[in-house]
Amino acid sequence: MNNVSRDYMIKLLEKGKRIDGRRFEDLRKVEISYEISKHAEGAARVKFGSTEVIVGVKLEVGKPFPDNPNEGTIIVGAEMLPLSSPDFESGPPSVNSIELARVVDRAIRESHAIDLEKLCIKEGEEVWMVLIDIYTINDGGNLQDASALAALAALKQAKFPSYDGKKIDYSKKTGKLPIASLPVECSVVRIKDKLLSDPCLDEEKMMDARLTIGITENNDICAMQKAGKGIFRFEDISEMIEVSLKNSEKLRKLLK
Amino acid sequence: MYSKRLDGRGFDELRKIEAKLGVVESAQGSAMFRIGDTIAIAAVRGPRDLYPKFMQNPKRGTLRCNYNMMSFSVDERIRPGPSRRSREISLVTENALMPAVNLSDFPNAVVDVFIEIIQADAGTRCAGICAASLALADAGIPMRDLVCAISVGKVGDKIVVDLNKLEEDYEGGSTDMPVAFLPRRNEISLLQLDGEMKKEDILKALELAKKSCEKILEVQRNVLMEKYKNE
Amino acid sequence: MGLLIKEKEFVIPGDVIAEGIDYLPAGGVFREKDEIIAEQIGIVNVDNRLIRLIPLTGIYRPRPGDVVIGQVVNIGFNGWSIDMGFSNLALLSVRDATSEFIERKSDLSRFFDFDDYIVSKISNVGKGNLIDLTMKGHGLDKLHNGRIIDVNPSKIPRIIGKQGSMINTLKSLSNCMMQVGQNGKVWISGENCEKLIEAIRLIERESHTHGLTEKIEKLLGEKQ
Repeated sequence: MNNVSRDYMIKLLEKGKRIDGRRFEDLRKVEISYEISKHAEGAARVKFGSTEVIVGVKLEVGKPFPDNPNEGTIIVGAEMLPLSSPDFESGPPSVNSIELARVVDRAIRESHAIDLEKLCIKEGEEVWMVLIDIYTINDGGNLQDASALAALAALKQAKFPSYDGKKIDYSKKTGKLPIASLPVECSVVRIKDKLLSDPCLDEEKMMDARLTIGITENNDICAMQKAGKGIFRFEDISEMIEVSLKNSEKLRKLLK
Repeated sequence: MYSKRLDGRGFDELRKIEAKLGVVESAQGSAMFRIGDTIAIAAVRGPRDLYPKFMQNPKRGTLRCNYNMMSFSVDERIRPGPSRRSREISLVTENALMPAVNLSDFPNAVVDVFIEIIQADAGTRCAGICAASLALADAGIPMRDLVCAISVGKVGDKIVVDLNKLEEDYEGGSTDMPVAFLPRRNEISLLQLDGEMKKEDILKALELAKKSCEKILEVQRNVLMEKYKNE
Repeated sequence: MGLLIKEKEFVIPGDVIAEGIDYLPAGGVFREKDEIIAEQIGIVNVDNRLIRLIPLTGIYRPRPGDVVIGQVVNIGFNGWSIDMGFSNLALLSVRDATSEFIERKSDLSRFFDFDDYIVSKISNVGKGNLIDLTMKGHGLDKLHNGRIIDVNPSKIPRIIGKQGSMINTLKSLSNCMMQVGQNGKVWISGENCEKLIEAIRLIERESHTHGLTEKIEKLLGEKQ
């Protein structure tokens, strides 16, 4: 059951108001907490308003891909847990959770946030694999940005376990994972002709389309994804990028 | 000879317990239950429509439990997705909670209970059951009693309560016996054993489990009171 | 024997409230052998020989005569399926929706369309929780241009107040339109309704405290 009638939301938007009282460009209250899960090499919990996700990073040793023999690997997975929303079902990852994971992956990979060569142990044979697992705890809208931020927060404090060439000793941590960049993601949805940052759940349900933008410290855009079954107008793109650049600075500050 | 517990506790001493309600805002009921370094959250969604339709029971509602461990909850990463172990635990959890709930008012509907283990140090299924019991009460599901669960067992030559991971892996021999009680009804709804134990020891361990569950019930009562009494 | 837990005491499921045959279970409690036991979180209420719970948690129990708020999720030949946030969808049949003569197989969406919100009354609850709704009655209608706040159904009486005193206060001080469904849905429509939503949340949290009405008046009286 939807909680907001479309005409009500649009009437408010036409007056410049969102149903939760924010301005179009505002983020909700964002919280990051650490010390979530001690067996993870790095873990973080992020809240955007009532949206909550937990991300954990595990490091394992494995074989590199044949065409990148001196590079480690990153694998991002996401579970949109059925406990987090009445609309999520048990079972194999839905296409939405696959999209969520791949968009988080894209920003991290394309911004070279992790120098993959530094993950090489023995060229062609052994490299570190960075396994990032996203779990949604409550869907209050915009799981995408919350997941991306939580992944960064978890990576930032991740430490290598010790490896003697034969076995990994998870009880002994060595150095920090080398993080070169913090590519935060900012999403904007379009409802009628209004552009709203950090959509809450009611806005996401009513949206025409959503644009997620991955942004590095240098204001380079390293990833983009249009989601949803509607369209943007050509003129929307510039404004969405602008507001996202501004919001990405706010989010990055929280990671420091 | 297991003369002193690896973490210094008494043989009948539980690890520190912490519980919280409302950890999943949009769920009908939810709770976190932490014992030592084991952290479980449980969320209840329902009563709601049950699909596929052939699973619907026209006489009463259905309880459906799903237990899952987060991949990073243990040292050696668990591949996401259900495993044979998690499916078995889902089933025994469901069977542990079923005797406590009364779903006669919700024919054809389902009450879903989701349990996620965020951090594991043994006793995860018991922590999950304790969290689920709180979440069900928080959701307003009619219950004959709460459900309290704890693992007891034998480490070396001693009967102990609330084994941690090190004790489960103890080289001198370890038997793990998860038990769940409906504490006021004095009924057992979960009983499993993994190891080797004589009958007298099992009965002693059960006594220890019963006493420990009274302590767990107190924690559950306090956390429910804290949220609801002053409304 | 007798009452083991006093009236107005807080109980959780499994608590034994009374022993013996002097008392009868009335609501939120059940009898097992010679004990009367709490089935939910609530406050004990004793009325002569009847023991019932004032529930503090909220699953909505549909009763005939309840006014409820729901959304159209399906349109059939003979009526509409209404989602009330309950475990089953409710049915509003054509003959209970309007006194107009409707031709067979005509397009029902011109009365109520997908996603429309309606306030209606439960006319019957059949076996298996099959719920029949009716729109025939005073104040039952389509709802336009608003939003729904989910509220614990056990707090709905407090939001309505004695003979509507609280809901009238809320409406007049906030200048917003408001409808309350027994199923825990509150419909709000209007321009500046944020304070009204805050007020409703306050009632939910503090429904049993004294001075609640004054707190609400103060909250809604503040300038936005």
